[in-house]
Amino acid sequence: MPYWVYSDPDVYAREQSRIFSGPYWNYVALEAEIPNPGDFVRSHVGERPVIVVRDKDRAIGVMLNRCAHRGVEFCRSNWGNTRSFTCPYHQWTYDLRGNLTGVPFRRGVNGNGGMPEDFEPAAHGLVRLEVATRHGVIFASFDRSVPPLESYLGSAMLHYFDRVFDGRALRVLGYSRQRIRANWKLMFENIKDPYHASLLHVFLVTFGLFRADQPSQVRMDESGMHCVLVSSKGEQKLNETTSAMANFRAGFKLGDPRLLQPVREFPGAATVVMQTLWPNIIIQQQSNTLAMRQLVPRGPEQFDLMWTFFGYADDSAEMIQRRLRQANLMGPAGLVSIDDGEVMEFSQQGVRQRPGDTGMLEMGGRGVDDQDHMVTEAAIRAFYRHYRRVMEL
Amino acid sequence: MARVQRDLALRLAIEELYTEYAHALDNFELEQWPEFFTDDCLYQIVSRENLERGMPLALMRCESKAMLADRVVTIRQTQMFAPRAIRHLVSSLRIAPATGSDGLDVQANYAVLETLVDEETRILSAGRYIDRLVREGDVLKFKSRTCVYDSVLVPNSIIYPL
Repeated sequence: MPYWVYSDPDVYAREQSRIFSGPYWNYVALEAEIPNPGDFVRSHVGERPVIVVRDKDRAIGVMLNRCAHRGVEFCRSNWGNTRSFTCPYHQWTYDLRGNLTGVPFRRGVNGNGGMPEDFEPAAHGLVRLEVATRHGVIFASFDRSVPPLESYLGSAMLHYFDRVFDGRALRVLGYSRQRIRANWKLMFENIKDPYHASLLHVFLVTFGLFRADQPSQVRMDESGMHCVLVSSKGEQKLNETTSAMANFRAGFKLGDPRLLQPVREFPGAATVVMQTLWPNIIIQQQSNTLAMRQLVPRGPEQFDLMWTFFGYADDSAEMIQRRLRQANLMGPAGLVSIDDGEVMEFSQQGVRQRPGDTGMLEMGGRGVDDQDHMVTEAAIRAFYRHYRRVMEL
Repeated sequence: MARVQRDLALRLAIEELYTEYAHALDNFELEQWPEFFTDDCLYQIVSRENLERGMPLALMRCESKAMLADRVVTIRQTQMFAPRAIRHLVSSLRIAPATGSDGLDVQANYAVLETLVDEETRILSAGRYIDRLVREGDVLKFKSRTCVYDSVLVPNSIIYPL
């Protein structure tokens, strides 16, 4: 595993064009964020800013947030409701579908200036992306040749996707965002790596939320670009495995147990399903805390992690409160996720020193097949197998 | 005159509370932190954006003094993070007229600076405290403290309470 993949500017530029502008579906938003005509949110595809908007006919469009005139990133609000978008520089105006509808002084002033006779507003709309939605989740792609979303995800991944997104209306509970000074791929590796969870995350281990002695699976699609980690909650007790974990805290009891009182809400035995979908989204279901974690690369050595926490529109007040309490585990101040944010920066600081050196990924062998245990790095290997194909590296 | 003296005494008492709170956190006396709150307190760190959008999500949400103590134990025992120095700057104390009962609505601006090993000091979080204070005997305590941070984007992690 060469370290230059985490810091090389040419590799990064190649990723932006081949991966984030390639024939893949990027997560951009939830439909629940834009319920009404004229509602919009800002989002990103790779590092490029986009606007996700619901038009007058309730159709969802995703447009590059860049004026066709001088390239201004014109939309500065993270959310809102509008009838049209106007660039502040020269007040070029676009409708909710990105059509250019207004160019001030197009015919000139007192016979002077103006656009040439052959100026065609229809040819100067905003760049529109391909859009796909499934059960309230919106994806976009710059590449017209992107396959249908369902075949892109594949049946194995769709099964887990539909487990959380079963068609019920969603309710957004709020956003968190953090800037992590590490390469974006380290975030994906982290969620494809069940090996670390039993060791780094003392909180998860102690409360049996994700631990090597629990029934668990690593499942991938055929290409290896998508993945899920699945596990079932265990007990806080000392056994052969937990006694081998230096970090297991048998005696730690919560003074206020309301923090962790999960209820079963999905079919099957799994209590945690972490799904990573190429190229930019992690779907988190840990107990009753649900979140989209969107990756926005910000150069080779940092990325923003955009968290959207949600529940369902028909959640009881009690269920909402439970989700909000369990949200203490995740996000920039998460009892669990703080460990990851910190260790990713440590990784970056380590790998940037000598980009020609290499690390290794051989836990659980060298294969890329599905596994029924956590002591494996198979999903990271599968990710990089796909990555090399796409990047031709 | 007596009224002015009463108001000044109150302001000094509140400033004392805020100063001691900042002092405890800046000196990592974390076990002291829950003692500034009532048993049935609510402590939250929320982004300005979530607040404006009417969304209830918090970065930290502690619904009792016991939950504050749990947060302290996790910081001490279960979380992994780089060592750092923390500095609270609190200003612009604004005491609202009492809104019934014996409670006080108080707001203040805060900035929390963070210094990691081998790094320059950076602003970890800037925003305002929106507080409800009550008296327990002679002591003022937080019935609720909501830390509303201005930038939704956090520089990596917020380990310690604000």
